Amino acid sequence: MFKRKSLITIIAVAGIGAAVTACGGGRSSDTAAATTAANADTSLSGSIVIDGSSTVAPLATLAAENFQVQAPNVSVTVGTSGTGGGFAKFCNEETDVSSASRAIKPEEQAECDAKGVKFVELIVGNDGIALITNKENTWATCITTAELATMWAPDSEATTWQDINSAWPAEELKLFGPGTDSGTFDFFTKSINGEEGASRTDFSPTEDDNVTIKGVEGEKGGLGYLGLSYYEQNPDKLSLLQVDSGSGCVAPSTTTVQDATYTPLSRPLYMYFSEQATQRPEVRAFIDYYVANEASLTKEALFVPLADQQLATAKTTAAGLAG
Amino acid sequence: MNGPTRTASKHAAKAVEHSLAGRRHRSVTATIFLGYLLFSTFFGLIALTVLLFTIFRDGLPFLDSTLFANGPSAHPALAGARPAIIASIMIAIVLVATTLPIAIATAVYLEEFAQKERFWIRLIELNIQNLAAIPSIIFGILGLAFLVRGLGLGPVLLAGALILGLQMLPTVIIAAREALRAVPDSVRQGGMALGATRLQVVWREVLPAAIPGIATGSILGLSRAIGETAPLLMVGAATFVSFNPELLTQYTVLPIMIYQWIKLPQADFQGLAAAAIIILLAILITMNGFAIWMRNRFERKW
Repeated sequence: MFKRKSLITIIAVAGIGAAVTACGGGRSSDTAAATTAANADTSLSGSIVIDGSSTVAPLATLAAENFQVQAPNVSVTVGTSGTGGGFAKFCNEETDVSSASRAIKPEEQAECDAKGVKFVELIVGNDGIALITNKENTWATCITTAELATMWAPDSEATTWQDINSAWPAEELKLFGPGTDSGTFDFFTKSINGEEGASRTDFSPTEDDNVTIKGVEGEKGGLGYLGLSYYEQNPDKLSLLQVDSGSGCVAPSTTTVQDATYTPLSRPLYMYFSEQATQRPEVRAFIDYYVANEASLTKEALFVPLADQQLATAKTTAAGLAG
Repeated sequence: MNGPTRTASKHAAKAVEHSLAGRRHRSVTATIFLGYLLFSTFFGLIALTVLLFTIFRDGLPFLDSTLFANGPSAHPALAGARPAIIASIMIAIVLVATTLPIAIATAVYLEEFAQKERFWIRLIELNIQNLAAIPSIIFGILGLAFLVRGLGLGPVLLAGALILGLQMLPTVIIAAREALRAVPDSVRQGGMALGATRLQVVWREVLPAAIPGIATGSILGLSRAIGETAPLLMVGAATFVSFNPELLTQYTVLPIMIYQWIKLPQADFQGLAAAAIIILLAILITMNGFAIWMRNRFERKW
């Protein structure tokens, strides 16, 4: 009986082994992945510990990955404890860099002060949420935040566009949005419904923004929200809604996200570097690398790049660390 | 004249009918019950088959050498799980080297040497049983407060491994005690009668006889620890690690890697996550295979 059991195990292991050798090549090719390390700087060594916001994580991970091609002896790690969890570790001197989807709060600042942790703040990118509608939607061009709140409230009973605004037709409302794991979901629910995670649940959630795009593309009464950069990859297929938060309609664009006139659905993203860390050459090299490559990094991570003013500030901050 | 007889026979007939109906009823219940038992038996099997089928269907095309050779990457074409695989195996080794000796020694002491009526022995036993019922995230908090911050170990692989070790300790102790208890007393008495000391009896007779049971329990504990995510996230395992982890460096493990990939929007990462699950399964099956081999090797009949 036991012999038979071990036989089964052997068969199972052999099956997996055979499968490993038999299959392969499921990845779609990715030309952007070609990385060269021609100008690699091997003189830098050490490690950089980044932790914090899961929204900023794709950007931090990308920066870490590409930086390590330039400086192969530096090991960069990225954690995703969340913005608040990241600051708790940062102020406890456990991490070098804290990434955040909002500025540090006074109480977090106080915690850092109590531990004697000083830091420099760097805005590393901008995040904007675009509201998209079907091309055939001719009635809605601008939506107020109050209407958005009616549409997305946890107890919302709106089923047609008319329920939102009586001037709009009784076209059925089909809602699309990101899954609840997404930073975009947290940000949207907080900005529109006042509480992170507060949202009606009868919409089509997806972690794949392309599904949102396809869904809205196929439904006349469709409405979805996603990162602005995703929309910008498919501008012809969809219409963009302007948002009115009380001071007129503003269309989301790189400019209005950068200067924060597109409220409340735009925000800057931050990284905080502890002063202890910036004493180390590898951390300063990382900052320099980031500032120099900010445009391509934010673009690849599907965020909105820094405004000229923001970039100038970042450059000044980076230059100020050199000494 | 035959009135009462007829009534009696009628009663009798009714009673027979009743009991027949009852028996029929019972047999229906029995059939339903048997069906339920069969359903329960196959339920787990069906769930496992569906699970394995989906994972292999999604993961096999992504199971290539890149997955073993590369670190994580934002590009699906380059992404691999090498640091996570190495860390998971290293954690297993640390657990075998640290937790198993402590757990087995504890079990041997409690079963073979301790005077069970002493109140502090009973206190220890009670605590071990309670420890086995504590949710893993609580161990994570303990690890963060005690190992990472208290001892100043930092968020390193060793801290993660030790906290997983602490978590699996009660499981292994309990399994090892059961295995020791299953060794017949006649073995001990026979050894003693031949003039062996207690230590000799335990070391040469009882412990070898208990190895199959101890191995099974240990592997169960170990397998659970390798698949654990929550306490490691608590003690500061990172999510992006591209270098080979060492005992005192940052690390990430396969379950965390899988969780990260599943969350990413690109479809290729879902496939990579499934492929990483296959690797995790392979590691677990290899460990289980080893336990079964141990059991067969040392199995004895009394």
